[in-house]
Amino acid sequence: MNDLVVHAVDVRKRFGKLEVLKGVSLDVRRGETVCIIGPSGSGKTTFIRCVNHLEKIDSGRIEVNGHLIGYRERKGKLVEDSERSIARQRTQIGMVFQRFNLFPHKTALENVVEAPVQVLRVPREQAVADAERLLARVGLADKRDVYPGKLSGGQQQRVAIARALAMRPALMLFDEPTSALDPEVTGEVLTVMEELAREGMTMVVVTHEMGFARKAADRVVMMDEGVIIEEGPPEHFFEAPEHERTKRFLSKIL
Amino acid sequence: MDVLVSVDWHVIWLRIFHPDHAFARALWATIALSVVAQTLGVLLGLLAALARMSRFPPLRVLSGVYVWIFRGTPLLVQIFYFYFALNPPTVHVLGLTLSSEISAGLLALSINEGAYMREIIRAGIDSIDKGQMEAAKSLGMRHWLAMRRIVLPQAARVIVPPLGNEFNNMMKTTSLVYTIGVYELFADAEQGYSQTFVSDYFLAVAFWYLVLTTAWTFVQAWIERRLAASERGEELGFRERLLAAWNPVTAWARGAR
Ligand SMILES: Nc1ncnc2c1ncn2[C@@H]1O[C@H](COP(=O)(O)OP(=O)(O)O)[C@@H](O)[C@H]1O
Ligand SMILES: [Mg+2]
Repeated sequence: MNDLVVHAVDVRKRFGKLEVLKGVSLDVRRGETVCIIGPSGSGKTTFIRCVNHLEKIDSGRIEVNGHLIGYRERKGKLVEDSERSIARQRTQIGMVFQRFNLFPHKTALENVVEAPVQVLRVPREQAVADAERLLARVGLADKRDVYPGKLSGGQQQRVAIARALAMRPALMLFDEPTSALDPEVTGEVLTVMEELAREGMTMVVVTHEMGFARKAADRVVMMDEGVIIEEGPPEHFFEAPEHERTKRFLSKIL
Repeated sequence: MDVLVSVDWHVIWLRIFHPDHAFARALWATIALSVVAQTLGVLLGLLAALARMSRFPPLRVLSGVYVWIFRGTPLLVQIFYFYFALNPPTVHVLGLTLSSEISAGLLALSINEGAYMREIIRAGIDSIDKGQMEAAKSLGMRHWLAMRRIVLPQAARVIVPPLGNEFNNMMKTTSLVYTIGVYELFADAEQGYSQTFVSDYFLAVAFWYLVLTTAWTFVQAWIERRLAASERGEELGFRERLLAAWNPVTAWARGAR
């Protein structure tokens, strides 16, 4: 129980008439890397956005490190938490977006330094030293004073990873981190992520990069139409997927 | 032709090349009124824009009512109402004496301008990609912190060009406060006319407004050029670049080096 970083139970979510998540349950243990695959529109993005409460959920519950996310229990019912405590919970959950979302008016270094200084009140000198270390770790030490507009997609995404890591999160969420990138630069981002996984970071990664899944994932989860239809170690998916839909999906992306 | 023939070039010559003391005071009043009213208008517009996006319905309603009233009624009516209804006392601030009519005029101009600036600022904020706010929130930033640190600095760039146009309008609009007895450019011309019945005082004052707005056009073009240039070459920090763009002295010094 204690080493469950993500504990999602029967999560449901609808946008108007459209039910996007129809009861998703997923546990992620400390140090585990879980890849979520599935066709476009199956609810992968929506699910991981629920994990840091960028989306509200309609029912079910999501716990991170044993704490309910985004809600508070009152008389057996869930009511939305205060903005302040939601923000505090998000400090432990790093998120990497498909479109990077770096702050274009700040240099690479300032992007990384921003939240530790403004949110965690880390002394600036220390935050800068940390940020330099993180930029070096993603191979961008020499880009510290460069603005995002001058970086390639792969470089921007690596800065985005450093920015998320600067908060020392217990969990990292990735939403198709390489799908907006040119094929020749996906490798540099995946390498950083593989390293992170090896070092024991707990990660949930929405991706179609099966090479990455094979190397780094402990578990692969197949989502379709708002439910998890199959999960298992990566080899399982390559050798003996059970569901027809999984087979069809894999044959398309492999 | 008749119009040109009837022009009293002597009066115009005097008003343009030999401005007297009263004129200097009037010119200064127009510039000061414009700058102060525009500045306050921007601040009010920002507050109203933030109120418009607030989670609290009463604030949103208040912001809506504000814009509705002040864009929906004539500025001249607002000026008269502020002057005759509020009848603000003469105040002394920072060694300046603000007469009742100046306070009322400033108040009306600023509050009116705030209603227009709210729309401009809101459009600027709306133009920033939603992913920026989400990225900030995912890092644990609270709404206002993300607004202040991430969204507003980016929106500021979008707001600069329309803000420049507003200021151009403001310089001309200040002439309305002449009606409650503020001595500014137009009042100066009107006084000249009422003493002599020479209509060329109005031609001369039009010239002076043209000087102001034309000068501003150049300043504005230059600010926008700097912002565009800084978007391309990113050697300076964003704040320094914005400051440099806004501050002719530092930019001139840099250019001179
Ligand atoms: N904010 C939203 N409003 C309405 N519909 C949405 C919204 N976000 C996602 N959807 C819909 O929910 C479904 C699942 O989307 P998403 O979670 O992005 O899927 P995936 O990431 O697996 O491609 C899609 O049909 C999408 O159109
Ligand atoms: Mg998606």
